[in-house]
Amino acid sequence: MTTATPFPSGPIRSVSGTTVVVRGDDIDTDRIIPARFLKCVTFDALGPAAFADDRAELAGSSEGPHPFDRPEHREASILLVNRNFGCGSSREHAPQALMRWGIRAVVGESFAEIFYGNCLALGIPCLTADHTTMLAIQEAAEADPAAAFQLDVAAAQLTSGAHSWGLTLAEGPRQMLSTGQWDATGQLLANSTALAATAARLPYLSGFAAA
Amino acid sequence: MSSGTLYDKVWDLHQVAQLPGGATQLFIGLHLIHEVTSPQAFAALRDLGLSVRHPERTVATVDHIVPTTSQARPFADPLAEEMLATLEANCAEHGITLHGIGSGRQGIVHVIAPELGLTQPGMTVACGDSHTSTHGAFGAIAFGIGTSQVRDVLASQSLAMGKLKVRRIWVDGQLQNGVYAKDLVLHVIRTLGVKGGVGYAYEFAGPAIDALSMEERMTLCNMAIEGGARCGYVNPDQVTFDYLKGRPFAPSGAAWDQAVAWWSSLASGADAVFDDEVRFDAAAIAPTITWGITPGQGIGVDETVPTLEQTEPDERPLAEEAYRYMDLQPGAPIAGTPVDVCFIGSCTNGRLSDLQAAAAVAKGRKVAPGIKAFVVPGSEQVAAAAEAAGLDKLFVEAGFEWREPGCSMCLAMNPDRLEGRQISASSSNRNFKGRQGSASGRTLLMSPAMVAAAAIHGRVSDVRTLLNA
Repeated sequence: MTTATPFPSGPIRSVSGTTVVVRGDDIDTDRIIPARFLKCVTFDALGPAAFADDRAELAGSSEGPHPFDRPEHREASILLVNRNFGCGSSREHAPQALMRWGIRAVVGESFAEIFYGNCLALGIPCLTADHTTMLAIQEAAEADPAAAFQLDVAAAQLTSGAHSWGLTLAEGPRQMLSTGQWDATGQLLANSTALAATAARLPYLSGFAAA
Repeated sequence: MSSGTLYDKVWDLHQVAQLPGGATQLFIGLHLIHEVTSPQAFAALRDLGLSVRHPERTVATVDHIVPTTSQARPFADPLAEEMLATLEANCAEHGITLHGIGSGRQGIVHVIAPELGLTQPGMTVACGDSHTSTHGAFGAIAFGIGTSQVRDVLASQSLAMGKLKVRRIWVDGQLQNGVYAKDLVLHVIRTLGVKGGVGYAYEFAGPAIDALSMEERMTLCNMAIEGGARCGYVNPDQVTFDYLKGRPFAPSGAAWDQAVAWWSSLASGADAVFDDEVRFDAAAIAPTITWGITPGQGIGVDETVPTLEQTEPDERPLAEEAYRYMDLQPGAPIAGTPVDVCFIGSCTNGRLSDLQAAAAVAKGRKVAPGIKAFVVPGSEQVAAAAEAAGLDKLFVEAGFEWREPGCSMCLAMNPDRLEGRQISASSSNRNFKGRQGSASGRTLLMSPAMVAAAAIHGRVSDVRTLLNA
């Protein structure tokens, strides 16, 4: 767990580092961060709790330990997953826990929308790959956990040694990440006049008088 | 690309601007907050030196962490107490209305906003909770958001959003006796999958939808997110207007007629174009129950747990994981599965009609020995109405516990939780691994009436046999 790595800020054009593979479809945010850890008023302590129950379940099993508990992944910054990752609860605690554990980018076959948006709002790019490509990436990562990977966010390309895989990133998020405008607050506040104009034309904000 | 749908009309009306990254800035008409996903958003506002732009458009309640036995303050759990105290302080500081415990208006956020008349057709509704899709039942565009977005709505009353595609889910026919909106939505998710709705808003329409009450429509839209659709909605109609009329925050007097005219104009027109349409026959749907670890792993109560051969190849790893976790055998009937805990409540099924449906089953019967069964009304108003009708006594006489309102064991952030490998019959919305408070606890999702039937028999059973008895 790379607590020393700063959280994302500014333009995000690339993420480099080692990887951690968490296989499986439909991994929901209750699994990423179980609800009991949501009893907090800050996100500060969430990092060590990422995948807490899955890790405990695998700790004593023949399939264990969980990838997040394997020493070779302790410094990992790129998470490699499969389909519909982050489904279920809208809790931002899920990407917050992953970020605080050390994850700076996620590559998978597909993502649940709210999770995807929550990651983007934190400056954590989520890129997608087709099924075959994703399995190849995961196999390569598992074959050499120490291998350094480079994720080129703008080019949507993942590279490790001689291997290179093409990924997908929608134009909107790509622009937001590469220009550093992934944190929307400033943009939203800049349109104060347009906000007032929109509010003025909504009948339910004027007691339906103008309807 | 869709056009002329309610989704398109409401989206267009609420557009503020196009943002540099290509997203749309969307005005949010109603913002609902609760104690779990708002404290960090208020802290961020403070750090950025920002204020709340429209405090009158944000409404708060407390639901996730409240105990359902004693709600006396301070709560026994200091963390829960800290969360509520933080919400109270934030609301007081920013001038936001908080419907707190004992106000007569507290309850699950997705139960109270509709019953107070806050949720209305044509609004955009956002809340830091994925089940915000519930409010789509009114013909609102309603969706869950994360905490960074809660911060954005507080600061700007708007969000950066991408427009969704619109899929019409057309349901012909009529639900059979003993089959409810919960069964319908579990059937839809079972058919289209938990990923099927990603990228879509679901418009629910057709004769079977027209016939649903507002509370049933809320159950339906509530679980759109479980099918991957960030929002689901039903076009507003007379059922909607009849429900809203006279509610505390609904328009009244001359404004009421203006409102109804505007609301009516928003419904998807005959010329509406959808990106996609899927059709269902309500009459063909049986009481539906989940056997696995996603809401898509559902079957009719008269069916057997699907075998690997009956499962799509790419769903087989998940099925195998579910067999192991649930300790259910492929090919075995789901009816007769013993249960330990029976939970009636949640934002999916914690409204008065849900309790009435369960009470109709429980009336004059007894919970089976060794079964823990409890009923958690969705709000103080639901509790009061149920108690006025004597439902609390009916449940207690049948051996159920009658609790105070809150989210309770749906996600087990309060003391209500499964222990060890207990298996629950639950009227909630998620059967994820560990969801109900025990890392190895198991959940079978079903309608409140089916939960009551499971409580009476101590095992999964077809509620239709009890209703016809």
